[in-house]
Amino acid sequence: MTPPARYQTAIEADPQLPIIRITRDFDATPEHVMKAHTDPELFARWCGPDSLTVTISDWDATTGGRWRYVHTRGVEEYGFHGCFHEVGSRRIVQTFTFEGQPDGVALETLLFEDLGNGRTRLNAQTLVDSFQARDQWLAGGMEIGVTEGYAKLDAILARH
Amino acid sequence: MDSLNTEISSEAQLTLIFSALADRTRRDIVTRLAVTDATVSELAEPYDVSIQAVSQHIKVLADAGLVSQTREAQRRPCHLEAEVFDLMTKWIERYRLQAQERYERLDAVLAEMQDGDQSEYTQRRRRGAAS
Repeated sequence: MTPPARYQTAIEADPQLPIIRITRDFDATPEHVMKAHTDPELFARWCGPDSLTVTISDWDATTGGRWRYVHTRGVEEYGFHGCFHEVGSRRIVQTFTFEGQPDGVALETLLFEDLGNGRTRLNAQTLVDSFQARDQWLAGGMEIGVTEGYAKLDAILARH
Repeated sequence: MDSLNTEISSEAQLTLIFSALADRTRRDIVTRLAVTDATVSELAEPYDVSIQAVSQHIKVLADAGLVSQTREAQRRPCHLEAEVFDLMTKWIERYRLQAQERYERLDAVLAEMQDGDQSEYTQRRRRGAAS
């Protein structure tokens, strides 16, 4: 059994703007949390569920660079790509496109806030171009991520 | 297949809900109906718009399943279908759980990075002590 995580993920869907905001604390320095986002080998280890294999085909985590990776599970294949608009010391701004919906693009802003004592607060904001796109974003995330967890998740949700 | 169909229809409904709530006046109407049921003309009073315009907003909200209209003698009050909001909460909660799972994997990666740094640090100290 995995012990319960020390920190929970807070999520907010803005009622006025097509934005999703996520906040999560980590027991690690901002440098480490940043590195886990910019180092392709580290990123590949946590970006997708265990049931999906991640293949990174493009990765240049510098301002103006680009990235692309593919999640595969048997014959299922989900590609994602985007650009690193800015890779700063405490901030990453990047675009994100799910290749299953190639016309859609989200703008992600990740802020790595130093909480001191080796802790970091990650503030991740995702801006999409319409409320409808946000709906698809919320729905699409499930489609690619938790197919095998549907039943389990439903059971969890039913208890809440 | 039933559960799959339910997923698809709830996805379609969620699209309607988000579109319906993208409008400021409709969000305001929903807020007011959360307090108490009201007729279209009661809802129209504070706005500088026609009853027809409010009626159109109610239609959009009703199509999304957010609002229903009942018939009571001379009145047709609008009623907020609160359980529809549970659907949104459920989808957002799923998204949150997914993000939480992802960040728990990141926790594990970060813990290893920390251990790696510490062993490097220890090695450096040992080397330093030896020299």
